[in-house]
Order: sequence, then structure tokens, then C-alpha cells
Amino acid sequence: MTIETAIAAGFRDPVLQSQTAFRTLLAALSEPGIVHSIADAIAAPEGLHQASAIALLTLADYETPIWLPQPLRDGPTGAWLRFHCGSTLVDDPARAAFAVLDAAAPEPKLSAFHPGTDQFPDRSTTLVLQCAALAGGEALVLSGPGIPETRSIGPLGLRDGLVAELQDNAALYPLGVDLVLTHGDRLLGLPRSTRIGEAR
Amino acid sequence: MTMHQMPAGDTKPAYNYAYLDEQTKRMIRRALLKAVAVPGYQVPFGSREMPLARGWGTGGIQVTAAIIGPADTLKVIDQGADDTTNAVSIRKFFERTADARTTEATEEATIIQTRHRIPEAPLKAGQVMVYQVPMPEPLRRLEPREAETRKMHAWAEYGLMQVKLYEDIARYGEITKTYDYPVMVNGRYVMAPSPIPKFDNPKMHMSPALQLFGAGREKRIYALPPHTSVKSLDFEDHPFRIQSWTEPCGLCGASDSYLDEVVIDDRGGRMFVCSDSHHCETRREAGHRGTMLGDATASGFVDLSPSTVIPGDRREARDPFRNPTEQGSGMDPGSAVGSARDDGADMQTGVKS
Repeated sequence: MTIETAIAAGFRDPVLQSQTAFRTLLAALSEPGIVHSIADAIAAPEGLHQASAIALLTLADYETPIWLPQPLRDGPTGAWLRFHCGSTLVDDPARAAFAVLDAAAPEPKLSAFHPGTDQFPDRSTTLVLQCAALAGGEALVLSGPGIPETRSIGPLGLRDGLVAELQDNAALYPLGVDLVLTHGDRLLGLPRSTRIGEAR
Repeated sequence: MTMHQMPAGDTKPAYNYAYLDEQTKRMIRRALLKAVAVPGYQVPFGSREMPLARGWGTGGIQVTAAIIGPADTLKVIDQGADDTTNAVSIRKFFERTADARTTEATEEATIIQTRHRIPEAPLKAGQVMVYQVPMPEPLRRLEPREAETRKMHAWAEYGLMQVKLYEDIARYGEITKTYDYPVMVNGRYVMAPSPIPKFDNPKMHMSPALQLFGAGREKRIYALPPHTSVKSLDFEDHPFRIQSWTEPCGLCGASDSYLDEVVIDDRGGRMFVCSDSHHCETRREAGHRGTMLGDATASGFVDLSPSTVIPGDRREARDPFRNPTEQGSGMDPGSAVGSARDDGADMQTGVKS
């Protein structure tokens, strides 16, 4: 595989495309559970959903170590992130500022990532969780800041026990990881401040 | 080099869109995302030198610069007014560096950068409030050491603040803090709401708008997502109360807005007017009249013959200093407010002398 085929193009207009994408991410994390479309004309590398790729392109740079699952790291995604963002790819999930995780993969657990410290809860990992779909799965009822009463989401293809891990993560508040759930060109935010219950 | 990095003229320097470089914007954007994930927690950020002195709104400007885009309409207020120096120059700054559309109308704005007020008109979902914050740490007056206040926040150790409020009650019979009144956010962090009057505190609670706070000198960013619980600290037997006034706005007659006291002569004359200039103007255009709103025709300043009055244009008709031949020339509403205020003042002096 040559470099030309390994590394796809990033933003054509980094200034305005990243501004638009950031406003979508800001809206997603400030109003958890609302599904946003982040469609933009970029060619995401193999293994990354379009929304995941745009989120990382918008937020990651040489200051933010990224953790990737081994196959993504060794494939075009690793090269793409190194080239476009200049980010270090780290082995230890606890050192990562951003991480990409397949929702169906059994490892690593959410608790493996950095939850922040009691004096600096902002130093936690932001996790991009790639799902099989953002609707159609078992309903989760969200409440907390950004949600008027409650809001339901139904991400599909979550591994067994992930909902319990999400609940444990929310229980750590104000510590914990913040999640962006992605599928295709759509995403929704799930910050640590959101409490998660299952619909009955 | 992309289009917006090109110099617009021969003399203008080639700044990046919205002044900040992309690396700085990314750093601020990451801080903003962590800030909305932990409402009320102050996220440290690398505040940059801006082309104005720290303390003049550099925190708010950096936050606005990191979020603004071509789809936005920007409103900037300073003490509630759209037409004061700080507000005008910050609007100009973004018109120049980000080609921003600007407005004075609260309901048209997508981003409202503010110093010391929240607009009277209710905020809507999708709007972003950006506060300029001089002192983000609510505990700083009580504990000067950052290492200590950080621990107090980490362990939710807020007894000191309650003691301070209690001491006010013990000494003066009430809590004397009237602006920057501390609030509890989402039941976890005590937060400084920036020097807004405590009159505005209830507007933050469960607001449908996103609220972002930037402190440039102190290098902190914090946030309130929409629909977040914001409770002003108080005691069961001394509940939180907002300010009230004995008289309504002298210009628009509003009795439910925050009023500024304006000294109008050197003989003790004073009037109360809405601090939110756009709110006051909108009310006057809707026909509300305060007792001190000047009426040019009643004062005999203009000749009210039908030929010189344009029907339906009250603003022109009550302005004594405009040349009747200029009427309807499309004077901007901002200067109309200015002249209406002068009317009131002049009226009063006229009556007394």
C-alpha cells in the first residue's frame, strides 16, 4: 500500500468546516441524546465512521494523545490521524485525551480510560463510540443537565454490560469519561453529567 | 492560504478568520466541551493576548471567536446597552475579523456576548450567551490561594461561602451581595455568575439557551448547558430575593425590568430607566410610555401641523432636535434611543428651571 492510497484527504477548508463541526459537537454535548447530522465532504479512512473522523479532525492535534484499537491503529486510520492531526497514538487508554472504540468490542472497559482527577475533572478522556446504529436498540432514558425532563435514545450494537458501565461512569460525576456516539454521519453526545436509566 | 486569510485591502493585516489561529481555537473548543460536560466547573485554558487589555472582555471575545461562524448573528451588550463603547468595539472587532452579521435585537441573535447583564427578552433554544467574566472563582475573596480553592471545589467544601452569607445576615440583616451572587450549579459546583445583578440570577435556571463563560485574565472557561439547575445560595429563613424598584422605567413604563438610576441634573433630579436598551426601545415602539418620556409636541418644540408629521412615526414626532425636513430619512434606531433619553432629561430640566 502506498502513502497516496493510505492517507485520504482531510478538510478542504479547515477553518469553516471545523467551525461548523464544532458547533454540532457543542450542541450534541450540551443537549445529550439529540441526534445530529455532521455530514461534510470528507473521505473518512477505513474503520472510522464519517462523524468520528470529522470529530477528531476538529478537536485533535499534537496536544491530544489518541488511543485506537489495534486494527485501526495499524491501518489507514492511524496514518490518517498522525498526518492530519499530528496526534501521538498511545498504547495506554488512561493516557488518551481522545479514543475511538467499537461499541461491540469487549475490551477495553470504559473504566480503563482517564476519568480525570478530583481537582481537574476536565483532564478525562473523550470517547468516540462507534455504534451499529443510533436508533433501534434497547431504549435508554436520559436525564440531567441539557435535558428538560427525560430523553430516550436507542443505540444499537452495544456490547453486553456497556449500559452498566455507562451508569457506573455517570455515578463518578464530576469525574468520568465523556462520550460521543457515532454512526455514519450522525452523532449524539453522552457526557458524564447524564444519568442513564433503562425504560420499563 | 484560504480565502478568509487573504488580506482584504492593502493595509489590513492577514488575520485568520475570527482572529485566533486554528490551534488556539481547538484548545478553547476542547475546554468548552469539557466545560459543558461538567457544568459550573472552571476549566483552565491558555488565554491568549488579544488586541485589547485584559479586563476588557478578552475571555468572552476568545470564546466568541472559537464558536462564531458565517451562519451566526452577533449581539454584544455592555451593562445591558448595545451602544456603549465596549459593546460597539467588540461588535466592530467581529465585523472586521469574522465578517460577522451583527444585531441589537435579542431575538435575532444566535450569539449574545454580554458584560454584566442578561437581556430582558426571554432567551430561546439555539441561542448562545457568552459572558465576560472578570473573576471566575466565587471563593477567591474568601480564600486567596488557588491550591486551596481548587480543593474546596474538588471536595464540594462550600461551608466558607455559607458562613460569609450568614455573617452578612448577622451584621446587616440580609445578604448584601447584589451582583455576582453565588449560585449552585447542578447541585455540585458553586459558580460565580459573572457580575450580573442578582436580578438576573433566576434567568439562568433551566434556561433554554447555552451559556458560556470566559475569563481571559484568570484563564478559565465554564459553562451551563441548557436546562441546567442553577440555584442562588440562600437560607431557609432568609430566602433569595431579587432587587425591586419603587417606580417603573421613566421612558417605557416597564415595572418588571432591571432599572439603572440616572442623575439628570445637579439639583438632585434623577430617573430610573431600563438597563436593557433594546428592551426599552422595543417597548416604546409598541406604544408603552413612561412618565418621563419626552414628548416634543407637548413641549412645543415642533409644529404639529399635519404636513410635518409622518403618520405612525412616533419616534420622529417626539424628537425636538431633528430638523422636520429630515424626517423619515432612515435614522438608525440606536441613535433614536439616545435622543429619546435626552428628551426625558431636557424635559425635566425644563420643568424645574
